[in-house]
Amino acid sequence: MSFNPVIQSQETVDLLATSFAPALVMHRSRRDGRADPLWLQWTLTGVALFFLTIFIVIPLVNVFAQALAKGVAAYVAAISHPDALAAIWLTVVAAVVAVVLNVVFGTITAWAITKYEFRGKSLLISLVDLPFSVSPVISGLVFILLFGAQGYFGPWLQDNDIKIVFAVPGIILATVFVTFPFVARELIPLMREQGIQDEEAALSLGASGLRTFFRVTLPNVKWALLYGVLLTNARAMGEFGAVSVVSGHIRGETNTMPLHIEILYNEYQFMAAFAVASLLAFLALVTLVAKVVLEKRIARTTR
Amino acid sequence: MKRTLYGLVLAAALGVNAHAADITLLNVSYDPTRELHAALSKAFSSQYKSPEGKTVEIKSSHGGSGKQARSVIDGLAADVVTLALAYDIDAIADRGLLASDWQKRLPENSAPYTSTIVFLVRKGNPKGIKDWGDLARSGVKIITPNPKTSGGARWNYLAAWGYALKQPGGTPDKAKAFVKAIYANVPVLDTGARGSTVTFVERNVGDVLVTWENEAFLSIKEFGQDKFDIVVPSVSILAEPPVAVVDKVVDRKGTRAVATAYLNFIYSKQGQEISAENFYRPRDPEIVKKYETQFPKVNLFTIDEVFGGWRNAQKTHFADGGVFDTIYQN
Repeated sequence: MSFNPVIQSQETVDLLATSFAPALVMHRSRRDGRADPLWLQWTLTGVALFFLTIFIVIPLVNVFAQALAKGVAAYVAAISHPDALAAIWLTVVAAVVAVVLNVVFGTITAWAITKYEFRGKSLLISLVDLPFSVSPVISGLVFILLFGAQGYFGPWLQDNDIKIVFAVPGIILATVFVTFPFVARELIPLMREQGIQDEEAALSLGASGLRTFFRVTLPNVKWALLYGVLLTNARAMGEFGAVSVVSGHIRGETNTMPLHIEILYNEYQFMAAFAVASLLAFLALVTLVAKVVLEKRIARTTR
Repeated sequence: MKRTLYGLVLAAALGVNAHAADITLLNVSYDPTRELHAALSKAFSSQYKSPEGKTVEIKSSHGGSGKQARSVIDGLAADVVTLALAYDIDAIADRGLLASDWQKRLPENSAPYTSTIVFLVRKGNPKGIKDWGDLARSGVKIITPNPKTSGGARWNYLAAWGYALKQPGGTPDKAKAFVKAIYANVPVLDTGARGSTVTFVERNVGDVLVTWENEAFLSIKEFGQDKFDIVVPSVSILAEPPVAVVDKVVDRKGTRAVATAYLNFIYSKQGQEISAENFYRPRDPEIVKKYETQFPKVNLFTIDEVFGGWRNAQKTHFADGGVFDTIYQN
């Protein structure tokens, strides 16, 4: 279960809101008797539902059905196998580190971009998006080229017995890299829209810089920040490509959940593969619900 | 559910600790040996104690042989490598990670088990595949992995080439045209042998899977007699997947003794028996006799006699701009 890395920034949310506007107009005009005929409405709705069922609902239900195909005991055995537990653990660690680092640095980046004027600002904005525009495989290879035994820092790292690639630090690095844009992308449009008047007011009333940040800025952006955290977490847990390149695929050591699923599948252990996949699918559902809730909150705060 | 998740995380932390042995070895291997090395390392670690009384756990990593060699070169800290062909270990030796005469350090060219290349076809052999010649027919879809990343794929390629050379009037030019005709029938190149097997047996793509004998047997064992048939060609190649201790790594980690003991274990009666049970052809004459009926008799040629060894074969056929590139791109 990977997540669509489409950026759900405030801009796109706004865009969605405006694109719904014509629908509202149409809704009103129906009373005027100029609406689409009923059969067309039913057909279009039917086609949409049919498509969603075929491409989303059935595969998702199938994941859970396959996972439980041999009963609950086999399911529990599959997800409590030491290698599976190690994969779950590594995935959680990588996601937590990615979330913490990206919250800190994403917020700083968004702050710098929206509250200050400086040269090269547009370059910084483009750089924030870079991880979205390069293929995850390249994101992984970059770290091999830097920290691999043949890479720039490889010999030094080896002499000092520091392991980065083919070890947990490499997995975390790759995860942080691919998830970097989420928090910053969520915060930048909102902070820009809110401007700096609130902060100026706080500062002129004698609040310190830090106090201003924690009492004024942070409460203003908290829902967008949470939304960024959610997306970061989802992508971090589902990431496959970049992590696959730097993992080395050592069982019970450097396999994350998506990599572990691939291994199980390739070893003809379908039930076990789907059992671990069901955990990721479950996470996806939780993310989906949380996303809807947060989107409503964000819409309320921006209004 | 959240509580269950916390429980899992906690159990993971405990579970990982509970399984830690005193010494951990990393075996970097190729794609189809997953089941073989899982069985071998389980048997080995259940009986091994170092002179200081330490226990050992062997972790493993699997993937296309060439790709795995590349990872070891890039720093994947393998105590032992058990790859699909000698050239991939040569490539690691070229970077100074192990002695260049590594292949002479263990018996039988450092290959404790052998295999060969056979065909797996759909039950009843609907396309009537009997020998290599049938693979070049139009309308036959062939599944084989990418020789650039997979060891098995290179054995497949060389086996086909050797067959063409051995036909009456066979020349390198005719062999090239023959192999080219075969690759024209390949709809998809996976990176490793297991990937190709999955494509063939699970995704139901293709009419014939050209693969390791052990991989063909395993597919039948996993999916049942009623799904597939094995077709043994008139002639095939003797595949010798070698094993070696990676000097640089074991010296740094201080694991040379246990790494060597593991490789020697594969040559022992028990290790040979486990190999045969996992459909790899054993070397030990006694075990060979015991499993005589399991392995079909095939007329086998070696890479040394037809291609002058792996380094030559690699340079001529699989290096950038080699014969394979001209065949597959045109």
